Amino acid sequence: MTEIKNKHVQLMQGNEACALGAIKAGASFFGGYPITPSTEIAEYIAREFPKLGRYFMQMEDEIASIGAMIGASMVGHKAFTATSGPGFSLMQELIGYAAVAEIPLVIIDVMRFGPSTGLPTMPQSGDIMQARWGTHGDHSIIALSPSSVQEAYYTTIRAFNLAEQYRTPVVVLLDEKIGHLREGFDISQDLEPEIINRADFVDKAATSAGGGKYLPFANTPSGVPPFVPLGQGERYHFTGLTHNQAGFYTADAEQVATFMHRLCHKIEDHVNEIAEVEQLDCAGADCVIIAYGAVARSAQEAMVELQSQGYKVGLLRLKTIWPFPAEQIREICADKKLVVMPEMNMGQLAVEAKAALIGSGVPFHSITQVNGRLIAPAPIMQAVIEQMAEHSVKQGGGR
Amino acid sequence: MEAVYEKYFRDNLPHIWCPGCGNGIVMSALARALDKLGYPQDDILLVSGIGCSSRMSGYMDLNTVHTAHGRALAFATGAKVCEPRLKTFVVMGDGDAAAIGGNHFIHACRRNIDMTAIVINNSIYGMTGGQFSPLTPTGKRATTAPYGSIDRAFNLVDLAKGAGATYVARGDVFHAAQLTNLLVEASRHKGFAVVEAVATCPISFGRYNNIPEPADMLFWLRDNTVTVQQAAKMSDEELTDKIIIGKHFETEAVEYCEEMARLLADKQADNEKAGDENEV
Repeated sequence: MTEIKNKHVQLMQGNEACALGAIKAGASFFGGYPITPSTEIAEYIAREFPKLGRYFMQMEDEIASIGAMIGASMVGHKAFTATSGPGFSLMQELIGYAAVAEIPLVIIDVMRFGPSTGLPTMPQSGDIMQARWGTHGDHSIIALSPSSVQEAYYTTIRAFNLAEQYRTPVVVLLDEKIGHLREGFDISQDLEPEIINRADFVDKAATSAGGGKYLPFANTPSGVPPFVPLGQGERYHFTGLTHNQAGFYTADAEQVATFMHRLCHKIEDHVNEIAEVEQLDCAGADCVIIAYGAVARSAQEAMVELQSQGYKVGLLRLKTIWPFPAEQIREICADKKLVVMPEMNMGQLAVEAKAALIGSGVPFHSITQVNGRLIAPAPIMQAVIEQMAEHSVKQGGGR
Repeated sequence: MEAVYEKYFRDNLPHIWCPGCGNGIVMSALARALDKLGYPQDDILLVSGIGCSSRMSGYMDLNTVHTAHGRALAFATGAKVCEPRLKTFVVMGDGDAAAIGGNHFIHACRRNIDMTAIVINNSIYGMTGGQFSPLTPTGKRATTAPYGSIDRAFNLVDLAKGAGATYVARGDVFHAAQLTNLLVEASRHKGFAVVEAVATCPISFGRYNNIPEPADMLFWLRDNTVTVQQAAKMSDEELTDKIIIGKHFETEAVEYCEEMARLLADKQADNEKAGDENEV
């Protein structure tokens, strides 16, 4: 598998593509616990990592998995895991720890139907809000959502890069449909992806900002302190307690507030660099469909069919869920006559999209489906046609 | 006993521990043990959980990680597997290690990963004000056991041994010199070593159990501890409510990091061989 470039097109599963992306990104520690529908990732890594001299560990539960990942990342390794809803729930406390201690991690969450045990082999975009707010307290997070097997590969690489760049846990929200989808995979003609490493951000000037003493949580202009791994000569302290720039507990109101703002702003202030959206025929469209994950595939099919019927419809695909690209959505959709948003949940992300359009006057329609099945193109088409009629947008008509 | 404080402690003392607390005695025993072991401070990793005892990681001038409640061993496992050169110590409290972290504790024992787990057992959740733990002896009072605990307690030594730890000892804060020696021995042992350090908590345990004075708690330890050697000659009846101190168990078994290194070396060699064949 390592000589993938010579094989050109191959049939690959989304979960396998994630594993391959992690290997490409330089991941060197996997700590995980078996859970459907993500287990293929652990199996792939268990087979491939030893050959590459990298560490695979099957832990006693998901809490231990993320704990071990944090430990591995603290000493300088790119660590990741693969899980699904129930396991992701168990990880939440330590996701908060990783956010506060600013530990780069990648969690591949192959979302299954919930809540609870739910439908383990069936899809739902059920963890959208869990990824954002699953742990307690204010923090920011990065979550990405690929819509194809090939994109799962590049999204995973990007997840590792962003984790290092922003010193944060990054979640890859893959729905079960993409995780288990098998389709053509060919990266032989692609440019080599950029790989970002922790050391890229550590320079002497930055580390000596504290008067010769390394400050692991320095208030740097970018908001991201350089990360010298533990055990490499800088003896410092990690804690989940709110801490000062040196890493020790503080309850000083000013220091706490400074820390909290930096923690949130280091990501939220860079939303335009982090959040990627893809536009298909949005310019000149009357109606824009906003979608992500596997649903975006159905939405694209619906768009093509509607266009053939004369409707001016575009697709805005969210490749990044968090930080939420509200500004980009507003810019693209503010002059439209209708926005529809199909989701495999009760409208978790529609809340954010609707909020992004407040004041624009654009009618917003959320399409939800929670029956364990992928939303097909037909109900999306039907909703677009009905809503267009309701809001008196003529077929093929201008303004 | 030599004073080694300046070398091993950061300049952020005083600590948060109450007067009469045994945690400081365990911390000084660890400092003296480190001094005897002679590891460079840059190569020592000290990981702790959450609770009174776990504040120790903030005070010692080592590579230190104050983790989440119960999860110290999970963090330490990931770090140690990736950097086996780090001499690893994990400090936990009794609730931390045996209740919320019980699963990680037995699995760390089972893997036999080379580190020293120090469980400071003061029989109580001190930081939250005195609730009973899985190591609180049956019948003892706590804020959540106002009529005496009806729960049976773990014997941590038996638990560790049964789960696969390859070195198991128990010391206490009255016998501080012995505790130091046990920590030295535990660290030199190749594999997962558990040292239970029975400690005093006059504020949150003694106060509810008629031993509110720090000195009385130490005398209680003096009077209720027997060595492993003495215990061997005593009947079960005589051993009721006695705390048996000393090295309980030591054996050799395959150590996790070494086994991981062997697996990686084998598979990398296979991989290179397969690569060479493909080239031909």
